[in-house]
Amino acid sequence: MDFAFTEDQQELFDYVREFCDEKLKPYATEVDQKREYPWDQVNMMREMDLMGIPVSEEYGGAGLGFLEWAVIGELLSGACTTTGAVYGAHMLAEYPIMFFGTDEQKEKYLTPLATGESVGAFGLTEPGAGSDAGSVRTSAVKDGDDYILNGTKIFITNGGDAEIYVVVANSRPERGMRGITAFILEKGMEGFEFGKNEEKMAYKSLSNRELIFDNCRVPAENILHREGRGFQVAMETLRVGRIGMAIGAVGLSQAAYDAAVSYALQREQFGQRIANFQLIQAHLADMATELQAGRLLTYLAAWRKDQGLPFEKEAAMAKLKTSEVCAAVTSKSVQIHGGYGYCSDYPVERYMRESKLFEIVEGTSEIQRLVIAGQLLKEAQI
Amino acid sequence: MPIYIVAEECKGCKLCLPACPYGAIEMVDGVAVLTDDCTQCGACVSSCKFGAIKLERVEMCDVDTSQYRGVWVVAEVNDGRLADVTLELLGEGRQLADQLGEQLSLVLVGHEVEPLAEVAAAYGADKVYLAQAPELERYRTGPFTDVITGIINRYKPEIVLIGATGMGRDLASRIAARISAGLTADCTGLEISVEDRLLYQTRPAFGGNIMATIVCRHARPQMATVRSHVFLKPEPDHNRTAEVVEVPVSLDEKSIMTRIVEVIKENVDAAANLQDSDIIVSGGRGLKKADNFELIRDLADAIGGAVGASRATVDAGWIPAYHQVGQTGKTVHPKLYIACGISGAVQHLAGMGSSDCIVAINSDPSAPIFEVAHFGIVGDLFEVVPALTRAIREEFGG
Amino acid sequence: MRIIVCIKQVPDTTEVKINPETGTLVRDGVPSIINPFDENAIEAGLQLVEEHGGEVIVITMGPPQAEQALRDALAMGANRAILISDRAFAGADTLATSYVLAQAVERIGDFDLIFCGKQAFDGDTGQVGPGLAEHLGIPQITYAIDIEEVTDREIQVRRLLSDGFEVVRTRLPCLITAVKQLNEPRMPGLKSRMKAKKAEVEQWTCDCIGALADRCGLDGSPTSVMRVFSPTRQVEGERIEGETAEEKVCRLIDKLRDAQVL
Repeated sequence: MDFAFTEDQQELFDYVREFCDEKLKPYATEVDQKREYPWDQVNMMREMDLMGIPVSEEYGGAGLGFLEWAVIGELLSGACTTTGAVYGAHMLAEYPIMFFGTDEQKEKYLTPLATGESVGAFGLTEPGAGSDAGSVRTSAVKDGDDYILNGTKIFITNGGDAEIYVVVANSRPERGMRGITAFILEKGMEGFEFGKNEEKMAYKSLSNRELIFDNCRVPAENILHREGRGFQVAMETLRVGRIGMAIGAVGLSQAAYDAAVSYALQREQFGQRIANFQLIQAHLADMATELQAGRLLTYLAAWRKDQGLPFEKEAAMAKLKTSEVCAAVTSKSVQIHGGYGYCSDYPVERYMRESKLFEIVEGTSEIQRLVIAGQLLKEAQI
Repeated sequence: MPIYIVAEECKGCKLCLPACPYGAIEMVDGVAVLTDDCTQCGACVSSCKFGAIKLERVEMCDVDTSQYRGVWVVAEVNDGRLADVTLELLGEGRQLADQLGEQLSLVLVGHEVEPLAEVAAAYGADKVYLAQAPELERYRTGPFTDVITGIINRYKPEIVLIGATGMGRDLASRIAARISAGLTADCTGLEISVEDRLLYQTRPAFGGNIMATIVCRHARPQMATVRSHVFLKPEPDHNRTAEVVEVPVSLDEKSIMTRIVEVIKENVDAAANLQDSDIIVSGGRGLKKADNFELIRDLADAIGGAVGASRATVDAGWIPAYHQVGQTGKTVHPKLYIACGISGAVQHLAGMGSSDCIVAINSDPSAPIFEVAHFGIVGDLFEVVPALTRAIREEFGG
Repeated sequence: MRIIVCIKQVPDTTEVKINPETGTLVRDGVPSIINPFDENAIEAGLQLVEEHGGEVIVITMGPPQAEQALRDALAMGANRAILISDRAFAGADTLATSYVLAQAVERIGDFDLIFCGKQAFDGDTGQVGPGLAEHLGIPQITYAIDIEEVTDREIQVRRLLSDGFEVVRTRLPCLITAVKQLNEPRMPGLKSRMKAKKAEVEQWTCDCIGALADRCGLDGSPTSVMRVFSPTRQVEGERIEGETAEEKVCRLIDKLRDAQVL
């Protein structure tokens, strides 16, 4: 048992933290208000080699593990949640190609993703298929050596700005889940269009667009894994995606907590700093404790992934815990800030709005509980 | 520091002749020879392509310190006037010279600068070493180093003071390295230890968090660059006169390595304003965004001051870099410095810590800026600063 | 082109804290960084090499742990790094430091340009660059804000002065000192940092560079530090209290008037 980072890891994280403090944090509010995809931040992540942390060096990655990917994601999210979200969503295209892709697919698609030359996105959710991933309606009909895709995906993070997409469609509707197939798509393919960008409660600059397939022709060689195995691709991707959500939530919680502590230490009421009041102290203690619990669950899930151990249950636990902690911590941070916390001059009101996302995407809290219970019961019966 | 020419290695190319500002090299039987006019300034050494001119360093402990007498100030001339820092140094130098019982001299190098000798006398100089040439019109490292090194070698001062300006720092470092003198940068305090005639030179280090007193025991002269606005400009006494020692120099543009292509006076308003202003109002990260600098400009406008800024705001692109106060920006010494939303990182304190009166407005009572502030207001700058602007306008009708 | 960049490892003063009791610097646990102006110097060298070809050699005189600064420079893209380290160098002032650097540069030999930062963050003297140029007998251009043109034989540089700019031209080889506005130093990516961790850093001693012991370190330094102390503050700070901002402001103006500042 060892809770310490190695010297190399610590040095790496210190360096990324320095980058976050200097290049991301001061501009986070500006990034959010701009309502433009954060290309400057993406370019900086590319220059810093942050876009392919767990990808092997052979394919242009940093050759590190998912734990490093997780901690770095936490730092990015803590400094600029929008940038953190781009980083997390990018992995949803990178990981399935890394895990299931052929050598040719890796050469062609993983390398540009890992070097950051291209941004990735993952298309699963449809108007009628959210948590129920088995019911995707987007169809893929074989036509010679190609497949013709028709249908619509919604809420796709990085949609329209990403160049490489992993998309699931149903090529054999009669086979239900087993008819689902994953494809790698490139922006610019004929019949691959983008719909409207959603107006959201937060993450105003992050793109969440519709992907519209109108007789979009995709060569069979772009099938990821095998035909009919798309559901497996999606589930594997979501496992890592949940760690991605958890790190985002931990990073954001940390930022909200830090803001609360620094405010409590400077705000004076009744002739003293409000940090002196026990009710405030209780809030801070709860926030710190919950935050740390969520963080450790998240690191555990990432560590198990790196060790080659099953991590589905831990990833779901991490996602469930951290997203609920995030909602509570950001809300308490606003509370500690009082009236100022409700105003946009302070970032905590944004944190509170942003936190809600984590309880919804990549499986709602309700779904996470089902996943966890499913695993628990399976283990109990073995 | 003897210089000599190795006759066997001299090819007789005559390149060193124009390089000597004192015309002290002659050709004898096809070989360059140093004449008695040689000041050992070193200008010829790098002009020799064959390494025939050698410069030998005298060991520090071999220097006979008693041969070195008098306090010197090296003049900085801007637009035909002596720079303020030069006048301030004449004032301070006068006191040091009196304590040592020595003369105070000004080294005046330039083109048609002779009238400034009278100014130097009025501000306390007993003697002016005057070297003039068209090539010395504007400061350049090479010829100024050669000429002034020559004067130092010939007349051997005990102390040489130069303003810690762009020019002073460029020049002093070069001279000190050439003559192996001790040089202390950016002094804010000078003191004579009368019994051993040493100059105690005090300077800030670590961005002003630590003061160090430096001495130079064996090498001579004792050289220091001194910050501007540290010493007071003395009252001129126009009845004083000074002996002018003309130092004849002859320079050849062709043997000067550096050429000035263009001089651009710019940002003079903002830059000069900041360093010359009696009042500075500065904004920091607490302003939260660029637009809020209006609050600072309003207050500066009301109170008749210049606008300063912390590094964080400059880095964030809220305000141009020439407003930056601090270690990587400008060092200022106004009568009143109002810091608004500036936490007071040590680099910032290094740039403004010596202001006569510092007012800090910050919502964080533990901000380090309060440690140096004479008056501190803990509060929201978005309330306090506009209130102060209004109050000043009402009070002084600004 | 062969470009030599001289750097110094300094404590990261943004993280230096002041002990409120003693008023002195707390240096324990303060991380060391490349002197920020030296990062501009490295960046300038890298940009020129990217444009004209050649190599950037980064050197530092310092204790063994200064190797980290050199690795950071390698991560930025420097081709070669040399640590000049010897007990004999301890206690060097700017003259002795510039002498040692000059000896090292002469051993490297055959260079076109030397870049330095305009001054170090800890010492703030700005004397080593010009001193080095003097020892080497080459021209110097201090406070460079823009490298306008580089040819085989000459360089044209815009200098930042307190009242504007000056464009000067001089012949190569020469020494240039960089100000912050010269460029935006790159933050190296993780991959180059990992590579730099394994790269070779050459170690040169006093003997290697043929330096005379009596010109190095304390023996070669004409200046010595006699005393170090904390700056004293003449006035105890005063907090202006009040219920409202207006009240505080009124009191402040009274105080400033009493102090004859307004």
